[in-house]
Amino acid sequence: MLEIKNLHATVDGKEILRGIDLTIKPGEVHAIMGPNGSGKSTLSYVLAGRDGYEVTEGDILFNGQSLLNLEPEERAREGVFLAFQYPVEIPGVANATFLRSAVNAVRKHRGLADMDAMTFLKTAKAKMKQLQMDEKFLQRAVNQGFSGGEKKRNEVFQMAMLEPKLAILDETDSGLDIDALKIVAEGVNALRSPERSAMVITHYQRLLDYIVPDVVHVLSKGRIIKTGGKDLALELEAKGYADIIADAA
Amino acid sequence: MAANAQTIETVEGLAGEYKYGFVTDIESELLPKGLSEDTVRFISAKKGEPQWMLDWRLRAYKSWLRMAKEKGEPGWAKVSYPEIDFQDIHYYSAPKKKTLKSLDEVDPELLATYEKLGIPLKEREILAGVAVDAVFDSVSVATTFKGKLKDMGIIFCSMSEAVREHPELVQKYLGSVVPVTDNFYATLNSAVFSDGSFVYIPPGVRCPMELSTYFRINEAKTGQFERTLLICDKGAYVSYLEGCTAPMRDDNQLHAAVVELVAMEDAEIRYATVQNWYPGDKNGKGGIYNFVTKRGACRGARSKISWTQVETGSAITWKYPSVILQGDDSVGEFYSVAVANNAQQADTGTKMIHMGKNSKSTIISKGISAGRAQNTYRGLVRVMPGAAGARNYSQCDSLLIGDRCGGHTVPYIEVKNRSAKVEHEATTSRISDDQLFYCRQRGLSEEDAVSTIVNGFCKEVLQKLPMEFAVEAQKLLGVSLEGSVG
Repeated sequence: MLEIKNLHATVDGKEILRGIDLTIKPGEVHAIMGPNGSGKSTLSYVLAGRDGYEVTEGDILFNGQSLLNLEPEERAREGVFLAFQYPVEIPGVANATFLRSAVNAVRKHRGLADMDAMTFLKTAKAKMKQLQMDEKFLQRAVNQGFSGGEKKRNEVFQMAMLEPKLAILDETDSGLDIDALKIVAEGVNALRSPERSAMVITHYQRLLDYIVPDVVHVLSKGRIIKTGGKDLALELEAKGYADIIADAA
Repeated sequence: MAANAQTIETVEGLAGEYKYGFVTDIESELLPKGLSEDTVRFISAKKGEPQWMLDWRLRAYKSWLRMAKEKGEPGWAKVSYPEIDFQDIHYYSAPKKKTLKSLDEVDPELLATYEKLGIPLKEREILAGVAVDAVFDSVSVATTFKGKLKDMGIIFCSMSEAVREHPELVQKYLGSVVPVTDNFYATLNSAVFSDGSFVYIPPGVRCPMELSTYFRINEAKTGQFERTLLICDKGAYVSYLEGCTAPMRDDNQLHAAVVELVAMEDAEIRYATVQNWYPGDKNGKGGIYNFVTKRGACRGARSKISWTQVETGSAITWKYPSVILQGDDSVGEFYSVAVANNAQQADTGTKMIHMGKNSKSTIISKGISAGRAQNTYRGLVRVMPGAAGARNYSQCDSLLIGDRCGGHTVPYIEVKNRSAKVEHEATTSRISDDQLFYCRQRGLSEEDAVSTIVNGFCKEVLQKLPMEFAVEAQKLLGVSLEGSVG
């Protein structure tokens, strides 16, 4: 599914990712953990192709195809979804309008006909119910006036509608209370299938109680310093990052 | 940073090619260039006008000569262009065949043009609820759905016809809202106006359909001087749509239209415009000069006039649809979206003049600038001493795309009554890289992302448009900004 090879990337000329190797197979969920400034969000932006995040070395293969020459929208249509740490507000644009454009852009790329308004509404309402979101969110402007938790839930809702092959969740747990966390995790788990993979970026082990990863990586200073099973997250929680980083050094 | 530079490049790319750049080949009757008393007489004679109309025009012409000599063109707007040579303009052109009774008599090529523009002249669209008074160049060639309106006592015809058939109404109201000597361009229009639309809604009648006129400038170097007069009598209601596109031209074309609205007691007029004239090329060559005077008078108590405009075209837009709130409890509204891309210049806004007690006005203006464009909101809210309890709310938002354009807000507020309440809010924002990336990460192309964000920014205004126009306007915003981000 995803193969990251010796990935180096800079932002404003400063090297943030310094040789990352990572392979995610279909159906797997990988957790990326690490302290602030370790490069977790940079990794997610580089994967999504954000302007200003420059790959200086290495490659990213998605189902065998390099992503490096693809525009962000092309990567999205190929099935790469990024749930933002800070979802962006788009005043005046109804969530439903925005999402339907997105769904149809992806469908078009896959050679499918546009989803008509009725089917869209029906599908959206079903997914919202699953995420315990009020249907009113469809008519509200994208993320505008949403609480932190509502924004995160909206990200997962969009993900559920777009059905990506690779979902990257960037600190989706931050700002969520425990009930919301469970609901969001259920939403993510509902998408788990042998064909889909996920990369879950988080500071805390807490989220991983609900989205159980197959593999856990620890990121520090732009490199993966340790990889293990789900127990690694527990070890991190108990010992703290400092010890693990010291151990690895 | 790379992100910004790229954004700007994209914004510039969005300029796009003008999509309606075609010219119809219909023989027209063209008056030689130049303006003199003879020009005015020729136009009047050509239309078979009565003496009083000719006299009115000549008075206007004399006033205009004086204005031209004393002050010349108004210079206070934030626009710049080379001085116009008023002797280098054609003041009259008309398709040769005219006064047709049915669509069958209309030149097929003309119909094909309308079709290209998506003008609903055909039966299908008429049934959809739009009666069209199609103005092609200067003469109305087809007026549809008159019969049904006539039965209700509604008059919807060309101005030339109104001068002949309803002289008492024209004499009573023409120039009563925009006086002959109002301003340089309006005065010029009064002297040489070619044609336009006339609407009269009798007392208590609710016009059952959206009335609609499509304007189109087609003859090279022909000034377009439309004159529209719309009267809504006591307790009547009308919604009027005006939309326009024009063929691609190299030379600047002057357009100086005048629109007058009169609302009597308890009457309501909604007037919506989508303006998409040729804006000139990327470097500012060509394009329409759009110097328009639009004003409505809320004459009666509880009357209401609402202007909604979506302005995306023209090289220069100089336009301030206004309302004079004479009646007690009268209401004036102005909802505007103005897009200026590349080298376009827009100086547009409104004037709300409160005279009646408890009169109320609302101004919502959305200005979008891209490329090297300059976009100015200029608005006046004046509360006269007698307008006790008057209220105004103004909101002016500017959206900038790239870093070489300008958005300006110039509000004038004059309050002469202590019980009045006037509020003004203004914001300026940019399309952020965050917003663009977010949209693109969801699969939208950069152009669709810009179009989506811009449409969201303008939502409050677009919602005020009649259904038929809303969709068209949304598409238009996308097209107008195509290539503005890359």
